[in-house]
Amino acid sequence: MSGGLLEVERVAKSFAMGGLFGRSRFNAVDDVSFSVQAERPEILAIIGESGSGKTTLARMILNTLQPTSGVIRFRGEELSKARRGRRRLDFIRQVQPILQNPYEAFNPLKKVDRYLYASAVRLAGARSQKARGKLADAALQKVGLSLAEVKGRFPHELSGGQLQRTAIARALISSPALIVADEPVSMVDASLRMSIVNLFQRLRDELKVSILYITHDLATAYYISDRVIIMQKGKVVETGPAREILTHPHHPYSMLLKESVLSPDDVERGRLTLGPDGEATRRQPARNSA
Amino acid sequence: MPQSGRDNASADGPRPAAEGALALAVDNLRAYYLMHYFGVEREVRAVDDISLVVRRNEIYGIAGESSCGKTTFLKTIAAAVRPPLTVIGGSARYGFVDRDIYALSPAELSAIRWRRLSYITQGSMNVLNPVRRVRQSFVDFAFRHMKLNRRAFFAAVEQHLQRLRLTANVLDAYPHELSGGMKQRVTIALATICHPDFIIADEPTTALDVIVQKDVLAMIRDAQQQFGSSMLFVTHDMTVHANIADRLGIMYAGRLLEEAPTIEIFKNPMHPYTAHLVASLPRIGEQSRKESLSGAPPNLADPPKGCRFHPRCPLAMDVCREASPALTTLAPGHRVACYSASPLVKPSATAERASRAEPVGMVP
Repeated sequence: MSGGLLEVERVAKSFAMGGLFGRSRFNAVDDVSFSVQAERPEILAIIGESGSGKTTLARMILNTLQPTSGVIRFRGEELSKARRGRRRLDFIRQVQPILQNPYEAFNPLKKVDRYLYASAVRLAGARSQKARGKLADAALQKVGLSLAEVKGRFPHELSGGQLQRTAIARALISSPALIVADEPVSMVDASLRMSIVNLFQRLRDELKVSILYITHDLATAYYISDRVIIMQKGKVVETGPAREILTHPHHPYSMLLKESVLSPDDVERGRLTLGPDGEATRRQPARNSA
Repeated sequence: MPQSGRDNASADGPRPAAEGALALAVDNLRAYYLMHYFGVEREVRAVDDISLVVRRNEIYGIAGESSCGKTTFLKTIAAAVRPPLTVIGGSARYGFVDRDIYALSPAELSAIRWRRLSYITQGSMNVLNPVRRVRQSFVDFAFRHMKLNRRAFFAAVEQHLQRLRLTANVLDAYPHELSGGMKQRVTIALATICHPDFIIADEPTTALDVIVQKDVLAMIRDAQQQFGSSMLFVTHDMTVHANIADRLGIMYAGRLLEEAPTIEIFKNPMHPYTAHLVASLPRIGEQSRKESLSGAPPNLADPPKGCRFHPRCPLAMDVCREASPALTTLAPGHRVACYSASPLVKPSATAERASRAEPVGMVP
């Protein structure tokens, strides 16, 4: 099969809850289908509040969790067949993760460059010290850093933005076709957020990498993504082109999400406060400060 | 409780001052981390020459990226100063005590804490005791300060929860049974139970997602209005500030760069750093490319000479590299520390004076 880079077909995942008695099942992901095309790299945002099954879906796509039902295919091949050995390594080369908190992704007691070298040796087949250094440097250059800046440093010696970019560089070493980024900017400062988000856009345009951008931040999703999938309680409630969906959402949940997003323009609409029925409302500030 | 001889110095004195009076006045506050390793002295200037006032009944927001000294500033004004953090100079006075907060004795502090000055932290999970019911957390935090018997205390707690539109049955839940937003609401209820004069909120909504965040912010504002408290609200998220703060101060590398009413900061930012922060916020419905600043915030152990923002500043001039600009009032209620904003901005006299003055008022 050709054409499809990633196909997710009626995927569901349920977890067992409770003890021996009163055992129940909880559907974290319920009947989700979508696909990413190979010819045209894109940024696909998966949006939802916490508990909506975003991360479970990401873990299934990364093949670290098996779906209860449904099939995920990567380049036409079922993920369940790429669980071990050479096929798994092949899969890992092409699909790379970026995690939420860069400080947790790196071991604080190990130097950051070790991860880059390990990826270069295991995934990109670097044989010599020189080759792995070259690969690491090339990947770091793509994210606006260089090996000289990172070499010999521990995670706490780098800023959050630098560390997250290093994590992205590590993911790029094996020249993947798909990057799964799980809330990559939620732990990063607002002022650095845009540098990471702009970087994703560049990766898509220049390196032709497709990115699955998992987030609850609608504003950045609107800013970079081509398509969005909005999830609620494990189900996809709305999907389509990003600008269209986020400007004119149809599903009540998408509308609620959009309504809840705080905007810098709210500064003119007064401060938030609770209304008489316990709902959040707005009130104009008293004009007494001077 | 020790008597200080002055009425309003004691925590149970009459509540001073009417509307419009100051709840907190911070004057040239400097707090450094002084370290001494193997004969090498190192100082990290995390709070350097900050002056601001918080009026009664207002929410004062502080914005700035991580490692800009926000948390150190909060520690200093909450009198949680422990070595190596040392207050070098300046003062921090609340409306309810007539001395610097960090000069009080532990007994005096404990009388003020929670009753007059309380704290909403970022990770509500770390506040509530994970192995006891929420009820016990209320006892741990507030029972001592309320001076009621147990029955009256719980009646007061339930009434308080009702005012904040929480149901009383959260008291019998364990923290893990509550959602993140609910836990944060319980923490707000905990922080406001004694109707404190002053509340410090340190990134209270950063860990929450969008839908919950809005409701929690609304609840914070509602509680602050009901109890007439003043609040210092710290977060790096400018969109949150746009929705809750009355006035906003922008911190960078241990200094206050700009201060103005919130709407002024967003509509008419004068400092290039503030202008960048505001311009880089993504909005739904806007597709223009947002650039991020190059470079990283300076290392506070060795800050650049002059204005601390100059290595990243697009408007840097020669004078910026020489001397640090003073925070100057350029419009009513609008203070800026930038030479390019106006020729009225002069070098700061105090900032570049020889460091390593004698520490004052260390809390043991």
